[in-house]
Amino acid sequence: MLLAARKKLAIRGGRVIDPAQGIDRIADVLISNGKIEEITGKSDGHTPDGYEQIDASGLIVSPGFVDLHTHLREPGQEWKETIATGTQAAAWGGFTTVCAMPNTEPVQDTASVVDDVMRRAEAVGVVRVLPIGAISVGQNGKRLAPMGELADAGVIGFSDDGNPVSDANLMRQALAYSVDLGLPIINHAEDKRLGAGGVMNAGAVATRLGLAGVAAEAETAMVTRDLQLAGLTGARLHIPHVSTIGSITALRSAKERGLNVTAEVTPHHLTLTDEWVYGQHGEVPESVGPESYDTNTKVNPPLRSRADEEVLIEALAEGLIDVIATDHAPHAATDKICTYNEAAYGINVLETAFSSIFTLVDVDPKMLSLGRLIESLTAGPAAILGRDLGSLEKGYSADVTLIDPEMKWTVNPQAFASKSVNTPLAGVELTGRVVITIYQGTKVFDLRNHG
Amino acid sequence: MMADPRRHLLDLDDLDALEIEGLLNSAEGMLEIAGRDVRKTPALRGKTIITLFFENSTRTRVSFEQAGKILGADVINVAASTSSLSKGESLLNTVKTLEAMQIDALVVRHPHSGAPYFIANHTDASVVNAGDGTHAHPTQSLLDLFTVRKHLGDLAGKRIAIVGDILYSRVARSDIIAFQKMGAEVVVSCPNTLLPDEWQPGSILGQQTGFENLEIARNVDEAVEGADVVMALRIQQERQEAGHLPSLREYSDRWGINSRRMAMAHDGALLMHPGPMNEGVEIASDVAHGVQSVIEEQVRSGVAVRMAVLYALCARSRSARNGAGTEN
Repeated sequence: MLLAARKKLAIRGGRVIDPAQGIDRIADVLISNGKIEEITGKSDGHTPDGYEQIDASGLIVSPGFVDLHTHLREPGQEWKETIATGTQAAAWGGFTTVCAMPNTEPVQDTASVVDDVMRRAEAVGVVRVLPIGAISVGQNGKRLAPMGELADAGVIGFSDDGNPVSDANLMRQALAYSVDLGLPIINHAEDKRLGAGGVMNAGAVATRLGLAGVAAEAETAMVTRDLQLAGLTGARLHIPHVSTIGSITALRSAKERGLNVTAEVTPHHLTLTDEWVYGQHGEVPESVGPESYDTNTKVNPPLRSRADEEVLIEALAEGLIDVIATDHAPHAATDKICTYNEAAYGINVLETAFSSIFTLVDVDPKMLSLGRLIESLTAGPAAILGRDLGSLEKGYSADVTLIDPEMKWTVNPQAFASKSVNTPLAGVELTGRVVITIYQGTKVFDLRNHG
Repeated sequence: MMADPRRHLLDLDDLDALEIEGLLNSAEGMLEIAGRDVRKTPALRGKTIITLFFENSTRTRVSFEQAGKILGADVINVAASTSSLSKGESLLNTVKTLEAMQIDALVVRHPHSGAPYFIANHTDASVVNAGDGTHAHPTQSLLDLFTVRKHLGDLAGKRIAIVGDILYSRVARSDIIAFQKMGAEVVVSCPNTLLPDEWQPGSILGQQTGFENLEIARNVDEAVEGADVVMALRIQQERQEAGHLPSLREYSDRWGINSRRMAMAHDGALLMHPGPMNEGVEIASDVAHGVQSVIEEQVRSGVAVRMAVLYALCARSRSARNGAGTEN
């Protein structure tokens, strides 16, 4: 790895888009010693000596993507995903940094577990893994985890993901305590009592299928609470996977007040609706059929209505939602081959994330621009992390993602690098695909070797 | 060209009026057989039907068992609710195990909506939905149609009032679909806590709700006014515990079907209930056992309708059914 990293690379003739530097032009990107050496003024066809060349003509050259919300499942649930397979899936999806959620077994609520994850990632990960620490001991919402110890161990924020911090006072204390550490609190916002055991979005589809619905207000209510508490404490709050119009309204008001808050949205909430539960790729069938109750659409927060989806896209486009994060949640086949009620929550996202949203951009660039899409996968999350990532600036780690914007491909989960196949997009044709991913100056994915 | 032979009965939404009428006509003949002194025909001799019930139900299970036995099939009852799931056996394994024993039909009752669809995807046997979660109960709806048709003839233009626990009722969902398919007008009434959020009292639902033209009454009196059929649904004690209702007493007072409300219905209107009844709560005892009540007849119709369904799905040989339409 070290030897390979010393290689010099010239990525030639691609359309370089680096929102952090305001760059969008045809240029060459030069890499040496695992760092970005230079973005040339233009692509002049001249190749410096000693550089291995990558012909990027017709391709988009982007900083490697940064995912603030990934479930790697290791330690504890290695049959679903491991750090090795999860980081490979990341590389295949163009991500060179993933932030690992702490809902492992054991939970990442002590420095020793975090250390272990980081050591494993160093040994077997093909991209950068940044850990997230738990807010509460065992993620059970009773008392604070040793947040200072976790910060010293290198976590980039705190979350009990999957388990909302239901106790408003504990949430207040977590926020207040985190101020000193300078790290964000990331709370899965869902009022479980209001959600009342629902398994999908409340609305016409849930009613028709006879599935218990979670009202959008179950999310909105807790997002609103958390924003108020962020105001009270002055802490940094990062809202994961926003999915409702109400959350967006609350977020707008909080940002107008100048609160220190950021928000992410997932590819699936931007591109899929609750109508996908019918199992007909978003079409509403004449009658409920054997493909209905598609357990691969079961996710928390649930796929919402078209109205929510439209508002989320607008909010991302205008920058009110700061970033796209995957909430990549791999599950074994047995977790999904069952009734909808029994199925585990979560969608396998890393390898379809960029393409699923780019397909939207390709259809209607006015809705969401390519530049904004890439920004929300690179400069946006890097700013939240406060690290020198997500840009092709000279001296930064040479993390680069090459995309073929013309390529059409059909999602085949059996070909995923991820250990799991739980995506509702199987068989769906997408436009645009990550073809090469470079991490610290080394190719960690090349589609030509996997086509 | 004939349509492919029906393999499963999962709900009535994928049947047209003609196919439903065919089943009801067949049930007429079955009713005659079921009423004989010697109730046995060889129609399904050599066929094996399993009733696979993950929820307790006496009437529906016995009704299917009786239907299968009158037709000469071997009927095996599996109460799966406790036995397999408590041992951690998955639904998929249970189905695969039963199928390996060469069965012709699986009659499934399951607390999870969609479970019969899941099973249908993983078995070659015919699947009959005997009630799934809060989604559908198609044989109940067929017997409701059968009972009403016997008394009122053509259903077109008839007004059907369904009163009760709409949010959690699989009978309500299937009945709305079934009666509308036969041309009837359906109106529902219940406390707002038992109505889906997107259904507004005093409105007629649009196409995007999946229940187009369903009328949501402002109150129960508006629903039963001029109705040809009044259907009361069972109110579960747990609705009160979950906070949907202040008390069963208040429900009885404001939504219960009693003689005053039956008097508001059309002359000769029928009173129905899918059972089991909470007399004194959703239905008053005097009307439940009064001249307008066809509740016991619903139970009789149930056997005949289920005979018709099992016959339609099982009469063909397994190889012919699984050979996908070669008979046509």
